[in-house]
Amino acid sequence: MEPLIIAGREFYSRLFTGTGKFSSPEVMESALLASGSELVTVALKRVEMDNKADDMLRHLSHSRMHLLPNTSGVRTAKEAVYAAQLAREALETNWIKLEIHPDPRYLMPDPVETLLAAEELVKLGFVVLPYVHADPVLCKRLEDVGTAAVMPLGAPIGSNKGLKTFDFLEIIIAQSNIPVIVDAGIGSPSHAAQAMEMGASAVLVNTAIAVARNPVQMAAAFKAGVEAGRMAYEAGLPVSSQHAVASSPLIAFLDEA
Amino acid sequence: MFKSIFDQYEWNEVKAGIYAKTARDVEQALHNQRRSLEDFAALISPAAAPYLAEMAAMSQALTRQRFGNTMQLYIPMYLSNECQNICTYCGFSLDNKIRRKTLSPAEMLLETAAIKEMGFEHVLLVTGEANQLVSTDYFKKTLQLLRPHFANISMEVQPMDEQDYRELAELGLHAVLVYQETYHQDDYKKHHPKGRKSNFDYRLETPDRLGRAGIHKMGLGVLIGLEDWRTDSFFTALHLAYLEKKYWQTKYSISFPRLRPFSGGLTPKVVMNDRELVQLICAYRLFNQEVELSISTREEEKFRNNIVNLGITAMSAASKTNPGGYVVDQQSLEQFEISDDRSAAAIADMLKKQGFEPVWKDWDPAFSGEIKKVVG
Repeated sequence: MEPLIIAGREFYSRLFTGTGKFSSPEVMESALLASGSELVTVALKRVEMDNKADDMLRHLSHSRMHLLPNTSGVRTAKEAVYAAQLAREALETNWIKLEIHPDPRYLMPDPVETLLAAEELVKLGFVVLPYVHADPVLCKRLEDVGTAAVMPLGAPIGSNKGLKTFDFLEIIIAQSNIPVIVDAGIGSPSHAAQAMEMGASAVLVNTAIAVARNPVQMAAAFKAGVEAGRMAYEAGLPVSSQHAVASSPLIAFLDEA
Repeated sequence: MFKSIFDQYEWNEVKAGIYAKTARDVEQALHNQRRSLEDFAALISPAAAPYLAEMAAMSQALTRQRFGNTMQLYIPMYLSNECQNICTYCGFSLDNKIRRKTLSPAEMLLETAAIKEMGFEHVLLVTGEANQLVSTDYFKKTLQLLRPHFANISMEVQPMDEQDYRELAELGLHAVLVYQETYHQDDYKKHHPKGRKSNFDYRLETPDRLGRAGIHKMGLGVLIGLEDWRTDSFFTALHLAYLEKKYWQTKYSISFPRLRPFSGGLTPKVVMNDRELVQLICAYRLFNQEVELSISTREEEKFRNNIVNLGITAMSAASKTNPGGYVVDQQSLEQFEISDDRSAAAIADMLKKQGFEPVWKDWDPAFSGEIKKVVG
């Protein structure tokens, strides 16, 4: 399979993962290793930034596993920019998953603040991966200000409902010149495979792995699902059709003498 | 304001409505994907008692999906037991002849060191209501002093004006807990005969003031034991539903304090048993998948060990309910007796054994404005 390239970095796994909701740092580590994930997002608010021996970070210290700090918890562009700067300093990476969801109940991303913050962060030299609604115009606007990818949601975060935004994701993927990573709502390996088959560059999965009865096995299942979907996409899926194609009476007259 | 909605409800009618719920109403409520206030009323009604096992299983699944296998931990720090209110159920009541104590800045830092030693990053500051001595100014100075030491600071103190909340939020105050105690107006007056707290409406509208001030999180609840808990809980849920739609950027948390004995105190009018408390917790979760549900050390060890599986998402541990209780003045009078006196490490161990990650830090002061100098 082709590697995915974001901001010059090659990824051989197209399964990105989160670190929340696990029952222990040990379980998290085993599951993430089983997933093969090379990009792992970490909520800045959970990290003890002054503490080099932070429990979570210690368990994410693997050469293939890159950290993607996220700004979960901020409500405005200003707070997001500030948090991103702290993350850059503490975790020594200029990659940032930009999440601005001022609504703590449904965690819906704020498009206005996200665009403002993305523009500012790009200027400050960050590799910005913004979490957004599956809004094709917003995704183009983010591409225009220089984000490294877009991360539209498949369904409300943590809902495990799958690709409820399917039709809009199709437009985003068709239109985008930057990688499209489907984030949020992916609840099963088949959802992940579906996203990959439709041409998503990668998916990000957290809840479905973390709260599975066996997170390690589920992580492996997602790895397989993502690989199957991507392989199928690269192989070229046959076009499916609702009806049989037979000689049509509508154009039969063309063959008449 | 919530008052205009509250006034449309009549306590006795609400109560009658809850007690009139049938098994059919409960089954419908369990079946619904999105549950209304009427569904909540059915789930807290006596008719729901036979469905407790089903409610518990659903509550557990909904909680795990939303909050994962984690439990937030916090600890209270009592700053003062000075109080100008008379509250019939409280150890700090003005008419309770006790030695009064308010922590000085130096004493707060000693308490802080002891709390941090146990591993806590989230602290809840608690006081009585003494507006001269323990004023907004006192709280401002306290926040400035303590903010560098904690990831997250909440307060459970007297209700304040919107502007006070705004200023405290700017200084890093994350959450405010303000319990209505009871939504029964006549009973409220009976239990709060003297002091600023006797103003029912001012307290009722406190969450509105907090919402307008843009506070990150607010905690609601009633003191269980003063009045019919089902009716009081219905009003709490009504309040929650109103607030969530109006102040949609705020996070909400619900607590379920059951009246505890204290020196010279009141015998509860209504006793809620463990089974009923489990029913209430599960009903909240089925009504609202996202709300935080918190349990304190008022509850006993065995109950707390089991309730963590049924919808609770935050718990206090190793609490002292007297100012200076950790090191400075261990003999000062408690607000109430705690029932679970296990250490923080023992609670963390209990959680791990049950497959939960204890979460000590889930916020950063940086998110509430600038505190550290940023390079670059």
